[in-house]
Amino acid sequence: MADSPPISSRVPPPVHNGRAIDTTSQMADSIAAGSSASTVPATILRPRHSALVRVTHWLITLSFLALLVTGVEILISHPRFYWGETGNIRTTPFFTLPIPASRSTVPTGYGYVLPDQNGWSRYLHFESAWAAIGTGLLYLAFGFFKGHFRRNLLPALSDLSPKRLAIDIGRHLRFRRPGEEEAWSYNVLQRLTYLLVIFVLFPLVIWTGLAMSPAIASAIPAAVTFWGGQQSARTIHFFVSGFLVLFLLVHVFMVCLAGFRNRVRAMITGRLTKRLEGA
Amino acid sequence: MSKLSRRELLATGLAATAGASGLGVAAKLAERYGLIPPDAGGLYGAGETLTYAAQRLLTRHSMAREFAPSQISKDPFANAVDPLGEEFQRFQQGRFADWHLTVDGMVARPSLFSLAELKSFPCRTQITMIQCEEGWSYIAEWRGVPVSHVLDLVGALPQARYVIYRSIQPDWWESIDMADALHPQTLVTLGMNGGELPVAFGGPLRMRVPRQLGYKSVKYITRLTLTDSLKRFGKGLGSAAPEGGYAWYAGI
Repeated sequence: MADSPPISSRVPPPVHNGRAIDTTSQMADSIAAGSSASTVPATILRPRHSALVRVTHWLITLSFLALLVTGVEILISHPRFYWGETGNIRTTPFFTLPIPASRSTVPTGYGYVLPDQNGWSRYLHFESAWAAIGTGLLYLAFGFFKGHFRRNLLPALSDLSPKRLAIDIGRHLRFRRPGEEEAWSYNVLQRLTYLLVIFVLFPLVIWTGLAMSPAIASAIPAAVTFWGGQQSARTIHFFVSGFLVLFLLVHVFMVCLAGFRNRVRAMITGRLTKRLEGA
Repeated sequence: MSKLSRRELLATGLAATAGASGLGVAAKLAERYGLIPPDAGGLYGAGETLTYAAQRLLTRHSMAREFAPSQISKDPFANAVDPLGEEFQRFQQGRFADWHLTVDGMVARPSLFSLAELKSFPCRTQITMIQCEEGWSYIAEWRGVPVSHVLDLVGALPQARYVIYRSIQPDWWESIDMADALHPQTLVTLGMNGGELPVAFGGPLRMRVPRQLGYKSVKYITRLTLTDSLKRFGKGLGSAAPEGGYAWYAGI
């Protein structure tokens, strides 16, 4: 039973709905001959992540990487940032990134111009944004109606005490490898971070992105004026994207720390461990 | 496999069929209501169609933001243009007295308007922002004749769905749908910040489409052509922008 998940207060009771049973039969196929779906306790075979979480996770990953690469390409055509409604090379920037530009009209202090990739980058940026929004809406609907947010992401009130938080932060700062029991649930810092990404950073990056659209600005002017102007929205879009990249880096680092193969397998197949020994 | 999974398979099949036919119906409806952009083919077509359709439904009549005179950029940036040819320089030497705007295609009365004639038409002055796809922007006061007024004069035919506009610079041509062409803020622009429209900013005549990015506001326009289909023009993608890899619809 070494690999079976311990029953802790965090682990929700096994779900006996269609999805869980379906997964059971699926997983039973891969189990050594002799055992059958009916004799395997559902507790063990409950997937670590539900199918919908797994699929939306990787769709968002793909869209986000496409948005990131194309976003950088768009950015280097004018690596200067402004505050307020307008800004161009004749106005004082809020700040300038110390990189060359892909357009010769931008004074960067560098003697060369990077290759210009704006055309396809813009096409793909907006197409990926649609993919991310569609995936996000699906995930949100699932999260609210199937209890994913309440069960898996909302931290327990007792976990939010300063003392508990301090312990958890200390554990993270020492890069302590998470224990077996943590593999089946999210710790409080994880929960807070995921909630921040889902309900603050993603909505903000979408809003500030839309605020740069002249057509959207015509339909919903408040979406722009709220930020103090179109160039302010562009600058905030850059910073929020930066926070999302920071999240990605820390997330991948933590996955490596916790055991890259196991965690990635759990997010692809739903299985946390390679073989279900002793089942 | 159990009965359950067979039932699920059936349900999935039915859902897929319903989804596919739903998409088919959606595509038909989108075509019918003009929600499919001319560059809808290819790898980025899906995203482009979603953007154009969503914004057409949301912004058909919305007005571009207009600003206070105090917000006009003190030192606007005109952006670089390709060298203007000999033909342009001849017009410039004649102070653009011979510059004409041709209006043809699906119109009852194909016409030719001189700058003087255009200046005599009812004018609209608006303080709007111009945004470049690169990321920079400025605000200026623009004075011009609404394209809708010009189309009224020449008698646009009801089947016309797009207005193509061409620059004197041979590689610059763009097009907009009738929602943008008939929009009150879409101007053939003659003046800027209280004076003539400077050559660097597109003078003597520039198209201004304030609800789209700067590259739709083509400088030095000489001709408007009304059409029901963009397929016969250039590579059939709608304008020079998609031929150069940029989206036809630039409201974003």
